[in-house]
Amino acid sequence: MRTTRWSKVVSAVLMLALALAAPLPALARTEIHFWHAMGGQLGETVNELVRQFNQSQSEYEVKALNKGTYPETLTAAIAAYRQKNPPHIIQVFDVGTQTMLLSGAISPIFQLMKEQEIAVNWGDFIKPVTGYYSKDGNLYSMPFNSSSPILYYNRDAFKKAGLDPAKPPATWKEVGEFSKKIIAAGGAKCGFTTSWPSWTMLENTFPWHDQPFATNQNGYTGLDTKLLINSEFGVKHIGQLAAWQKEGIYSYGGRMGQPDPKFINGDCAMLIQSSAVIGGFKKSLKFQWGTGQLPHWGAPYKKQNAVVGGATLWVMKGQKAADYKGVAQFMKFIAEPHQQMWWHVTTGYLPITHTAIKNLEAGYHFKKNPEQWTALSQLSAKPTANSLGHRLGNFVQIREAIEGEMENIFAAKKNAKQGLDDAVAKGNEILKEFAAANKP
Amino acid sequence: MKRAVFRNRGLPYLLVLPQVAVTLVFFFWPAFESLRLSFFRTSPFGDRTFFVGLENFQKLLVSPDYYQSIVNSFIFALGVTALGVGAGLFVAALATQKIRGLTAYRTAVLWPYGIAPPIAGIIFLFIFHPSYGILPYWLSFVTAYEFNWLLKGGVAMALVIVATAWTHVGYNIAFFLAGLLAIPTSVLEAADVDGAGPIRRFQSIIFPLLSPITFYLVVVNLIFSFFGSFGVIHAVTQGGPGGATEIMVFKVYKDGFIGLNLGSSAAQSVILMIVVITLTALQFRFVEKKVTY
Repeated sequence: MRTTRWSKVVSAVLMLALALAAPLPALARTEIHFWHAMGGQLGETVNELVRQFNQSQSEYEVKALNKGTYPETLTAAIAAYRQKNPPHIIQVFDVGTQTMLLSGAISPIFQLMKEQEIAVNWGDFIKPVTGYYSKDGNLYSMPFNSSSPILYYNRDAFKKAGLDPAKPPATWKEVGEFSKKIIAAGGAKCGFTTSWPSWTMLENTFPWHDQPFATNQNGYTGLDTKLLINSEFGVKHIGQLAAWQKEGIYSYGGRMGQPDPKFINGDCAMLIQSSAVIGGFKKSLKFQWGTGQLPHWGAPYKKQNAVVGGATLWVMKGQKAADYKGVAQFMKFIAEPHQQMWWHVTTGYLPITHTAIKNLEAGYHFKKNPEQWTALSQLSAKPTANSLGHRLGNFVQIREAIEGEMENIFAAKKNAKQGLDDAVAKGNEILKEFAAANKP
Repeated sequence: MKRAVFRNRGLPYLLVLPQVAVTLVFFFWPAFESLRLSFFRTSPFGDRTFFVGLENFQKLLVSPDYYQSIVNSFIFALGVTALGVGAGLFVAALATQKIRGLTAYRTAVLWPYGIAPPIAGIIFLFIFHPSYGILPYWLSFVTAYEFNWLLKGGVAMALVIVATAWTHVGYNIAFFLAGLLAIPTSVLEAADVDGAGPIRRFQSIIFPLLSPITFYLVVVNLIFSFFGSFGVIHAVTQGGPGGATEIMVFKVYKDGFIGLNLGSSAAQSVILMIVVITLTALQFRFVEKKVTY
């Protein structure tokens, strides 16, 4: 009996406390939900960025939430949108751009800023980044983490082979020659490997040589797009990689970042991978290393620019109108030079405004950290129709199909022409499906 | 025998209602929803849907990739089942020997089942990965054979079969162990007296008496390999290289959740459902006759 009476008293007190506490949330700040795919160290950097924003003002509170990988984040956001409760902001990777543009579920960033009357100097953003994410000259999503693939090389292995450790190979021919020398001298077991095979070896190598990746200006001008990667150039490039794979000069190491350990443990003397791993390599590599631009095939091909990879922040429709003022303020905050510079120095992702780059130069940042300049130097040429970027629907699936065929080629199950023809056929089927699902 | 009769005619229905409700909500409704979705083409965000009839199925039936995934599924399922059930029986037989510390062994052999498949996949990666695995590293000292499943499809398939069978073998062991311990020793002793050796004893007594359990495990392992073996493949090969380990259920996930092509994904799960129902029905029709209960 005693306990019952006590529990009644306790619950009554609790009820009273709750009733008193209830009006408090009304004073709380408006929450802005931000879903992203940055795990580990990068996730902590995002949290720090968000914390700085939350401290900088008192009206809004951005809540950052890691939803797993890029595809998982996108799938989660789609499910939430269908249930009419989407996050305000989601981070979507480069290959999801076309899906987002045609989704009908987003507020273009340029429009949001105009509506919220926040002035942004869009001209200050570097062109290769805005080009990838703009439609009709207007930016649709806020660039967040951008990178481009560069060549990393093991200076110790170069020295052992009598090569100049200050001089990375500039051409593919040199990549082959240097590799042979290094292997012969016992500097490494294999010459080079490549992470993110489709992104580095096709999606970037094509624009880098001013070659079209797909019709319709790589998908920018229409939905009835077809892949062009089985061109003479594509067959030449992938065919050479396959030949080198056979000779042990090239060592295919899997998809995404899986090949990285081959370079880290010294098995391969060179690696082509995103500039975003610089931060990690600075901490983990146990040998002297340097970076160089993506190798080039030389004449008759023109040297163009690389395209960016990474992700941008999209604003989803469907939340309370009043919230979007806070969303716009947060977007403005992350684009400011101070945050840009901090983000770049901490993570290795590119600074994307001219002001931020100028400020970094003024502080001799690139002189002190030349490896941070390599990726930017690849983006300096004015993009052509072939090198603005890629706008393909269901690009994730297309990338899967391409990488599957690349594996068949490197395993010598198919020759380069056959494999690329099959990749094009599969890719075109996926593009057709996307066009049909998104017909206006 | 006393028959239990409910006075209230409504009560039995009320008592089975929760189970029926659970089955309807969690099994029939999603299955029906898949079937419905498979006739539509849906944009990723679901704002546009078009009825396309059987087009999703038709596209699958002319896709070489899809046939490849069906073949892969059968190789995978048969491999996992043969290895998992075979190894399970073998280990269970060992664990009925009269040895010191038997209970400790029995507990230990069940452990793999307690490991989540993605974790098992990661463990296998650390052992077998061509770039950083310990086994290829050791192999490189003794042989020139390159253990590279990143390019060799057959090796990749063998690897995911072994990894999946390993995660599931504890379950099989538990059932076989129970079955073996339930065999009356008097029967075995009688065979002993008649002069039957260990092989003969196994053939004529133990295996027939275990047949209901074996049958159950084969059915369950097959269904599990077709439907539930997603974690290991996702963690280890992601269906590669060149689609060599892409089994049907992984393709359902990949096309639906990564490719955002819900119509095709739904059509694939309908086909998968039909395949597994047919397979199970066939087993009950033909194999079960050989089972002695």
